[in-house]
Amino acid sequence: MTDGQVVRRILKPLLWIGCLAPAAWLVRGIVEGDLGADPIKTLTHTTGLSALTILLVTLGVTPVRRLLSRPSLVLLRRPLGLFAWFYAVVHFLIYAVFDHQLSVPEISEDVAKHPWVLVGFSALLLLTALAVTSPAAAIRRLGARRWNRLHRLVYVAAILVILHFLWLVKRDLTEPIRYGSILAVLLLARAVPALVRSRAAGRATAGAN
Amino acid sequence: MLIRRPSDFPSSEITGETLYQNRRAWLGAAGVTLAGLALPARARAWGAAVQGDDKLTPYNVVTTYNNYYEFGTGKDEPGQNAGGLKTKPWMVTVEGDVKRKGSIYLDDLLKGIPVVDRTYRMRCVEAWSMVIPWNGIMLGDLIRKLEPGTKAKYVEFTTLLDPKQMPGQESGVLDWPYVEALRIDEAMHPLALLTTGVYGKPLPNQNGAPIRLTVPWKYGFKGGKSIVRIRFLETQPRTTWNIAAPQEYGFFGNVNPTVSHPRWSQKTERRLGELFKRPTLMFNGYADQVARLYTGLDLKANF
Repeated sequence: MTDGQVVRRILKPLLWIGCLAPAAWLVRGIVEGDLGADPIKTLTHTTGLSALTILLVTLGVTPVRRLLSRPSLVLLRRPLGLFAWFYAVVHFLIYAVFDHQLSVPEISEDVAKHPWVLVGFSALLLLTALAVTSPAAAIRRLGARRWNRLHRLVYVAAILVILHFLWLVKRDLTEPIRYGSILAVLLLARAVPALVRSRAAGRATAGAN
Repeated sequence: MLIRRPSDFPSSEITGETLYQNRRAWLGAAGVTLAGLALPARARAWGAAVQGDDKLTPYNVVTTYNNYYEFGTGKDEPGQNAGGLKTKPWMVTVEGDVKRKGSIYLDDLLKGIPVVDRTYRMRCVEAWSMVIPWNGIMLGDLIRKLEPGTKAKYVEFTTLLDPKQMPGQESGVLDWPYVEALRIDEAMHPLALLTTGVYGKPLPNQNGAPIRLTVPWKYGFKGGKSIVRIRFLETQPRTTWNIAAPQEYGFFGNVNPTVSHPRWSQKTERRLGELFKRPTLMFNGYADQVARLYTGLDLKANF
């Protein structure tokens, strides 16, 4: 099998299974009434954590692809990103429906008044912009360069999500710090090669993205 | 001033008529909002149905969903880690401006004080709540028995410090031991309890065995657990969450929907077992009984 075939026939199905697993677990929990003492909190936390985890995996695609010299891994990036967005949307909907009964004035007030809600909401808006511009047609329309620049916002979104997590925790910061460290590593994995490339670009014309 | 005849509050009075009527009004308003936003009628009916009365929170929820950082910061961790805590024999030290000072076995400390059954709402500062049938003694009864002096303006409660038995104390997440305190008039209020049981059974370790403070009009963090020291003080002591984050947790910790936590609203709460949030009541619904304690006090500044 070629690399492309491995990605399409093996990795992509695995990606779908992995990304749908949290949703399946939650649906099972709802059906069996087995989501703990505060089911809404379980739903909110699980969808939020799933969004963050998948977002971090999405950010890992490019460094891994370069490290292993397997360009076709890029095919995993869009579905991963869209799954991250999907969980973020569900996360927000659960909050909107069960915490605020879909009351727009109440939600607006909460977003405006509480920094961690604002930060999370901003991340959702950014991810939504990226999701909307993810089809190939959008890339064509925007042009590769502009599209790339726009989609660098994913790093901003990830940082906002970590901030959202750090800010909402009452006292024990262990978990958000764990996720934040992974993000830091991923950011460095992008920043360091980029720096090296920009140095090199001083000597030669930059080619690959 | 300290001596006030204890009046009894039967469970029926804990859920007052006002609450019932307020809830009706609120449900009506919520229904209108929901209808306006075209949420399916079935979901609305469902919401109204589960929004019910102050139904008892099931025993298994009360004993598996706990904030007791001495045994871990997860809600399920106290239930998993507290089993090994040795609660018998249990010594309590009484200190400060009080006649009956010294260390005393818990059984002797409580001897002769009548046990009461009280069903209270419990509102956590994290915006969730329960309804719990406690058994215990009125704190005021114990204080009268201990005979505090005239300089005793505050009563401080200290939780056991023993990292061997309380693995959470190995972490620096809070300053150990856990300290909570009340103003003496709050402590003398007939609603303030020292609880030793729940659902007619001895208090499980994860709920603060063998003895804990239960102050239903205050956020849950005020209820110190596994108490080993009671101190009568002239000046207001520092309390654990107030030390950890003074801008977020005040000394009083009174349930107050009009004073937001800096990071989240306190206007509503999720009663465990319900899907939608319900409005939080002033003093957790005990305003008729306790508001007079705070006459003239700025509750926004003294949160």
